[in-house]
Amino acid sequence: MNKKSFGNKLIACPYIVWAAIFIIVPLIIMVYFALTDANGVFTLANIASLGRYKKAFAISIVYAIIATAITLLLAYPMAYFMTKLKVSSQKMIMMIVMLPMWMNFLIRTYSWITILANTGIINTVLGKFGIGPLKLINTPGAVILGMVYDFIPYMILPIYSVMSKIDNSLLEASDDLGANAFNKFKRVIFPLSRPGVISGITMVFVPSVSTFYISQKLGGNKTMLVGDTIEYFFNLGPDYYNIASAISLILMVLIMISLFVMNRFSDDDSGGVVI
Amino acid sequence: MQKENIVELKDISVAFDGETVLDSLSLDIKDKEFITLLGPSGCGKTTTLRLIAGFLEPDEGDVVFEGKKINGVPAYKRQVNTIFQRYALFPHLNVYENVAFGLRIKKTPEKQIKEKVNEMLKLVNLSGFEKRSIGTLSGGQQQRVAIARAIANHPKVLLLDEPLAALDLKLRKDMQKELKKIQEQLGITFIFVTHDQEEALTMSDRVVVMDGGKIQQVGTPQDIYNEPENAFVADFIGESNIVDGIMLKDYFVEFSGAKFDCLDKGFAPNEAVDVVVRPEDVDIVPENTGMLTGVVTSVSFLGVHYEIIVDIGGFKWMIQTTDEHFVDDKVGLYIEPDAIHIMKKSKYSGLYGDYSSYSEELDLLSEPQEVEE
Amino acid sequence: MKILSRLYIGLILFFLYAPVLVMIVFSFNSSSSVWVFEGFSPQWYLGLISDSVMLTALKHTLIIAVLSALISTVLGTAAAVGIMAIRNKLANKLIMSATNIPMMNADIVTGISLMLLFIFVGKLLGLTESLGFVTVLIAHITFNLPYVILSVMPKLKQTDANLHEAALDLGCTPVKAFFKVILPSISTGIATGMIMAFTLSLDDFVISYFTCGHYQTLPIIIYNMTKKSVTPDTYALSTLIFIVIFVLLIFYNMLSSKAENKAVKRRV
Repeated sequence: MNKKSFGNKLIACPYIVWAAIFIIVPLIIMVYFALTDANGVFTLANIASLGRYKKAFAISIVYAIIATAITLLLAYPMAYFMTKLKVSSQKMIMMIVMLPMWMNFLIRTYSWITILANTGIINTVLGKFGIGPLKLINTPGAVILGMVYDFIPYMILPIYSVMSKIDNSLLEASDDLGANAFNKFKRVIFPLSRPGVISGITMVFVPSVSTFYISQKLGGNKTMLVGDTIEYFFNLGPDYYNIASAISLILMVLIMISLFVMNRFSDDDSGGVVI
Repeated sequence: MQKENIVELKDISVAFDGETVLDSLSLDIKDKEFITLLGPSGCGKTTTLRLIAGFLEPDEGDVVFEGKKINGVPAYKRQVNTIFQRYALFPHLNVYENVAFGLRIKKTPEKQIKEKVNEMLKLVNLSGFEKRSIGTLSGGQQQRVAIARAIANHPKVLLLDEPLAALDLKLRKDMQKELKKIQEQLGITFIFVTHDQEEALTMSDRVVVMDGGKIQQVGTPQDIYNEPENAFVADFIGESNIVDGIMLKDYFVEFSGAKFDCLDKGFAPNEAVDVVVRPEDVDIVPENTGMLTGVVTSVSFLGVHYEIIVDIGGFKWMIQTTDEHFVDDKVGLYIEPDAIHIMKKSKYSGLYGDYSSYSEELDLLSEPQEVEE
Repeated sequence: MKILSRLYIGLILFFLYAPVLVMIVFSFNSSSSVWVFEGFSPQWYLGLISDSVMLTALKHTLIIAVLSALISTVLGTAAAVGIMAIRNKLANKLIMSATNIPMMNADIVTGISLMLLFIFVGKLLGLTESLGFVTVLIAHITFNLPYVILSVMPKLKQTDANLHEAALDLGCTPVKAFFKVILPSISTGIATGMIMAFTLSLDDFVISYFTCGHYQTLPIIIYNMTKKSVTPDTYALSTLIFIVIFVLLIFYNMLSSKAENKAVKRRV
């Protein structure tokens, strides 16, 4: 049957023009900056010098992978247990999970300083028992904690929404066919929830690998992530836009590759773009 | 008196993505008749309807309405209205507003709208449902609203695209009668699309049997049933035993190894033909008195009658009888001359009419409803 | 098992809300410390009301959020309808891929690439100040658009194609049919898209940071505050925002559950 349409395709034109100017052209300009020097002369020097920042890249990727893994481990049972609640409670919990997402993430991150600082809440409480003070803030652990905390709703949300749509009769059928709890999970629930897991992973990994605020606040200035490096150069002024563009370009390529790889893992194309 | 044609389709061809859907189809539809387009899914019947409604333009050929070519006239300017398979009622409007929709577009005065809507709702037995929202209605009620909405616009032709497919059997029977009644009351042309042959036979003045984008036969329900033009029509309408035969001469045919008197003529001597015998027209007699003999291979009890499959020289016949027989009984068959119907060979020859693949036939009959995404 | 699973949910929620709780408590601190709670005082809230920098930033944030939500909703809805009508599979795929870029890409890359564009164009036009109200608005519209399109598109796909045809059949012109029949049936998708666009814009820091110039929005002000030593007024401001969103969400939920109840009753 022919495809349905409710209007003329021409009304997409304003958007297409918009997308071309404000999505595609900026990326082209970024590539241009990455491949020129401050005077606009073509050069590969920016790209060649990127080796100096491989530590920032490496740390960013490692932190983001660890943070994503922890987030997944925490969020998956959460989403699963949520589906076992009454429908009305599910909705309420969902709202409660989402609420912090709508709050400024700068503040959410910052509050952790109050909790983790050497004179912060945890150390104060520990001090009462004669322990510590422990060094919590300005550690890699604090940075990863910040990532997990800031982005965990993005993991819970897609996994929960995919899981809650699993037809209950499928679970009954697997009981009926003799699957025990473990097999039911392994052979039915997990495969069916995979699209949610995939989109959760991408939605946590991308902001984690590119963040520049969390590391500054919770990591002290000891850990320069890719995001921090980019921001640092942009703040130095126009002369440094070229090197910053080159790093951004590599970051983007990195993200696109990881998205591509993730999409490879999901069999259906719906997995990649679940919001 | 010859009624005038209200719609004429002339040599229409339509293809989607290079795949032919209608193949130089021509059809005249008379004013005030109830005509049914009947065929399996994919036969082009819905496409034909959409051409008349104006949702689709033919690649070749003309659509003529009241003597005027209407190719290119958009749907909203055509004097035809459609009842969609799943009704397409506007979910954000209540019953009254759905029926009033077309009148409001025409800027009819409010008072007239009110009268008209009430009249329509009365016609479809839904008075008092004005304020109800669409979601609260049963399937049958939604169907009635769809009818009221379409005819409130005073179309000269009403197009119905499998309107009863979503209803259960009992309701469907009732609505068949009701639709027929409404058509007679309004005195307008109904063009009805269905894949249900029984529905087509009960309701229509004329039936158009379609397959593969072509019209296979046009005629009254009686014509179609009694004088099918080819094996496809014979098989699609009712049950048929279709066997290869040779027309020895006028009124005399040979099939299944025996020779029979018949009522058909006009074939070349010794022309190869398809022979149709309806299952209810075969009598089972003792083996020694039969014109043909065979072995019963299956018996099913259907309430009114038994359906018996008899193997005659490897070919399985279906016979409907009120007498009980048992598997492995040796029986004779007796066929009256007027029960034998001779058809020219066609591309459908040999495809249908043998009940050895009975389960496949059942699958065809219970064809799944076409549901678009 | 049941108790364990509830305990787990409780723990995760505690994890999510611990910092929020800390923030609320310290926003009422009578001293300027965010480490030691010395006593209850509403002084930081009172201080906010007279803080003109804060109020200006709030105004900026609201203007940008409202305008970008409205513009992206109109553009995005039109785009979704138009894209649905494009039959060329390749063209369709290209457009949708471009649409996904701002959603998939890191905010910092989107922000920087837009900033480079604005500076580039600014130089061409000989402007002394390339960044400001217009650029931050454009940036917000740009990152809002995919969310609008992706919430309208599924609704369009769910909409029965016959509805549109039925309207044409009953005498509507195609344009009229769109407004009378299609728009009402995709309205929830449009509303979701608009709300999403509004809140994304309200909350955005990274992209605004690179594109706003001197037109500072609330997140930028908060960022600047956290760069120096933080005082409880930042917490007070965030608590206020939190409460506003909390109330809005409850209100929204009540509305939608009411609508749902009605729908359920109708079906019965």
